[in-house]
Amino acid sequence: MGRPKDAPWLFRTYSGHSSARASNELYRTNLAKGQTGLSIAFDLPTQTGYDADHPLARGEVGKVGVPVHHLDDMDTLLEAIPLDRMNTSMTINATAPWLFALYVALAERRGIPAAKLRGTTQNDVLKEFLSRGTYFLPPAASLRLSTDLVLWAAEHVPSWNPINVCSYHLREAGATAVEEVAFALGNAMAVLDSVVARGLPKASDDLAKVVGRISFFVNAGLRFVEELCKLRAFGELWDEITRDRYGVADPELRRFRYGVQVNSLELTEQQPENNVPRIVLEMLGVVLSRNARARAVQLPAWNEALGLPRPWDQQWSLRIQQIVAYETDLLEHEDLFDGSPVVRAKTDEIVAGVRRELDEIERMGGAVRAIESGYSKQRLVESNARRLSSIEHGEQVVVGKNKFTETAASPLVAGNDGGIMVVDPAVEKDIVARLEEHRARRDARAVESALVRLEEAARNGDNVLPASIEAAKAGATTGEWASAMRRVFGDYRAPTGVAAAAAGGAVSVKAPSNDAMDRAREAVRRASDRLGRRLKILVGKPGLDGHSNGAEQIAVRARDAGMEVVYEGIRLTPEQIVRAAIDEGVHVVGLSVLSGSHMTVVPRIVEDLAAAGYGDVPIVVGGIIPEADADALRASGVRRVYTPKDFDLPKILSEIADLAGTPDGTR
Amino acid sequence: MIEDAIALVAERVRAGSRRDLVECLNLVDGSSTADRGRTTELLDLLYRMERPDGWVTGVTGAPGVGKSTLVGTVASELRARGRTVAVLAVDPSSPRTGGALLGDRTRIGADPKDAGLFVRSMASRGALGGLAAAAADAVVVLRAAFDEVVVETVGVGQSEVDVAALSGTTMLVLQPSAGDTLQFMKAGIMEVPDVVALNKSDLPGAHAALAQVRAALGWAAPDSGGWTPAVELVSAAMRSGVDTLVSLLERHRGHLREMGAVATRREGARAAEVRARVLRRGGELAIEALGEEALGRAAAEHPEMSPRAIAASLEARWLAGLRAG
Repeated sequence: MGRPKDAPWLFRTYSGHSSARASNELYRTNLAKGQTGLSIAFDLPTQTGYDADHPLARGEVGKVGVPVHHLDDMDTLLEAIPLDRMNTSMTINATAPWLFALYVALAERRGIPAAKLRGTTQNDVLKEFLSRGTYFLPPAASLRLSTDLVLWAAEHVPSWNPINVCSYHLREAGATAVEEVAFALGNAMAVLDSVVARGLPKASDDLAKVVGRISFFVNAGLRFVEELCKLRAFGELWDEITRDRYGVADPELRRFRYGVQVNSLELTEQQPENNVPRIVLEMLGVVLSRNARARAVQLPAWNEALGLPRPWDQQWSLRIQQIVAYETDLLEHEDLFDGSPVVRAKTDEIVAGVRRELDEIERMGGAVRAIESGYSKQRLVESNARRLSSIEHGEQVVVGKNKFTETAASPLVAGNDGGIMVVDPAVEKDIVARLEEHRARRDARAVESALVRLEEAARNGDNVLPASIEAAKAGATTGEWASAMRRVFGDYRAPTGVAAAAAGGAVSVKAPSNDAMDRAREAVRRASDRLGRRLKILVGKPGLDGHSNGAEQIAVRARDAGMEVVYEGIRLTPEQIVRAAIDEGVHVVGLSVLSGSHMTVVPRIVEDLAAAGYGDVPIVVGGIIPEADADALRASGVRRVYTPKDFDLPKILSEIADLAGTPDGTR
Repeated sequence: MIEDAIALVAERVRAGSRRDLVECLNLVDGSSTADRGRTTELLDLLYRMERPDGWVTGVTGAPGVGKSTLVGTVASELRARGRTVAVLAVDPSSPRTGGALLGDRTRIGADPKDAGLFVRSMASRGALGGLAAAAADAVVVLRAAFDEVVVETVGVGQSEVDVAALSGTTMLVLQPSAGDTLQFMKAGIMEVPDVVALNKSDLPGAHAALAQVRAALGWAAPDSGGWTPAVELVSAAMRSGVDTLVSLLERHRGHLREMGAVATRREGARAAEVRARVLRRGGELAIEALGEEALGRAAAEHPEMSPRAIAASLEARWLAGLRAG
């Protein structure tokens, strides 16, 4: 008989939507289907520290995840789920100390000792400044709160992974495999340096324990051989860094432990059924090599580029994992690649590239400085521009998108719902009403004094966890907790990465002097002549969605096409966008929305701009927008709607230029 | 709008009409030559509408020092002191494509509901007085409508010299990062500013940098008005030190007024602007007279000739045309 079969990794599905009640039902269904861990998706207001009734939360409540305001919400979310036996992963960063405090307070309410809790808080705030954008405080203050959670958990919840350092989102923002590893390791080192600075000396047992609890959350793309080598490289480098830089003697504590969500960037809106084989292949990179195998795997759904996945779509992704784990012989063998010269060489190449990047970050004074200066973001924007440019030019083949595009109609998207999940717009009102009830019901004075103590702790440099847990028990809300932090540390807007392009032009890819780009420039020149002023466009993201990659690319390329681009960045209210459009005298307004809140925020901007007497300024929208919604948006006055299938940026820019100052698009 | 009686438009700008203000800014930012005479007339009216207690502050500094965030906090401090404020944020245009990324607005963080605060971004449109002409015109428009005008530029090349000419007070923004604190001033890019804001005072090394800047400013002689340049530590992000900085800016203007130096300072700038405009317009007229394509042809047809010699022959042709004309 052969060796015993390895235990499979944890099967997770990143999920949550609408309300704590609805998400709880979903979790229980998923667990019944053989899912083995929970992965909670929070909505954007919860992630960025706003209650559902804040103006910025409009249209975002319950969209990309579940809203959790207070302890009772957390209780409902995890009803009938045994916290002492569940492994819970929470994708939460800026507000991680708060959501963790709610989780710990809930355990206490149920009589479960904190020491018995197992799971992960993502709590990697640094990467939020580079991708994803759900930060709310300046980098140094963010790192401080993140460290508070790491230190408190190390002492009180020893089986918890208090931070999940993410390379995943860096890759989604366009990083190469080498940049993905290097920037994530740089961020991990910043966290550990911060832990050391808080009094856990290098080579101490306490620090070694913290190192042993740090896990990673990585990406895996279609080039699965390179991905497999990337993960071997990741592991080798982490082992080396923790040994040499932090003096961790125990090899077990230096182990590179990671979970994975495979790549969504490579999934297509065109012929979306092709995404199923893509997901399978992406998964190979993280499960094939036993010595670099993921601890937990989440797969995206085949229809992510179309809109929010439904339970059935998520089930299909879960089944993929189960088939690989239970039907194949993968788990019966030792590592398949040890001793392979090809794998060794590729791994060495990646290690060498990462070392060069790490030296550069170190030279700049570490990850926090590299982020604050805009360097890291600028690198990602550049890499993404190169990636998109090579798809535009057909150098990188994407089946169904830039090659083999002919297709029969897909029966998968023919249903009444268009093959996606639609969140009931009534949810937001209901959540706000319940929140008001909660505020009326609780002991206001107890909340008030708990928040005062929290603010004091933050100001005095004390660990905020104990005061956060007390505030959780008193009934404080997510928005109140975050407001207290904002009062102490100040709100923050990160460098956009495109600002660097304005200064030196370093971001612009060298390639765009091709015919398509020349045509775009010509269209811009014609428009500028027509208008008697150089074509000026506003690019901004309404709502709380921080995925700014698309908007950044448009801004940079529009500049390259000769437009004057007012780049407004993320997290804008409709009022701010309308004000900017008017005061800046722009000829076109470009909005990017990926969170699903487009039907709430976009029509408001259209109406408000018209009400101010500027209804003739054409508005274009880009984002993950289902076809039915696109029709509705056009009917409401939006001039063009672009979705992930529109990848030809020069063509989009030409169309936008043609809209300005023509009878069709006046002004 | 321009079809309306020009006096009416100017009056509406002064009275606070956002729409007319924006249209005027669009006009001066444009390249349309059709309305040149009327635009000059309009701007002349607006020029005379400058508020008696109005003030222009020029802000400059290297990329990444936090200028926009600082300008935002200074603007809200001025608002808190009851002043209306316009910010003109100038960013460079790409010399290759003519496009520009104007990313300051979001960091200035204006409240969209506050009618007393206005932010406009503008592209520098290359060298040769591009900034001077359009920005100077925009400042004229803004001065008619707001108490305070703050002009922000990236401090590289010619632009901050142009800004200094537009401003009653010039402020240089620095940050305490190793080495580069003084490069900016040593390089002589910036003539001595009236006020230096040392931003990011929460960073390590801030106090050492403060001492360095003080020492460097100590070398500079007081200007003709008897003002000794001063430096203030601030943190725009943490909103600390902003009120003292604004008080310092107010002290500088008070000083100039007391010394009767405002008019002197402005006279020089006015003469320089007139000169720059004639210089630029003269060149434009010469090119119009000779014909854009003739210029290109002359260069292409005589590859053996130096550009200097080609320009000289064009000059002779132009002068002959003038005499004949």
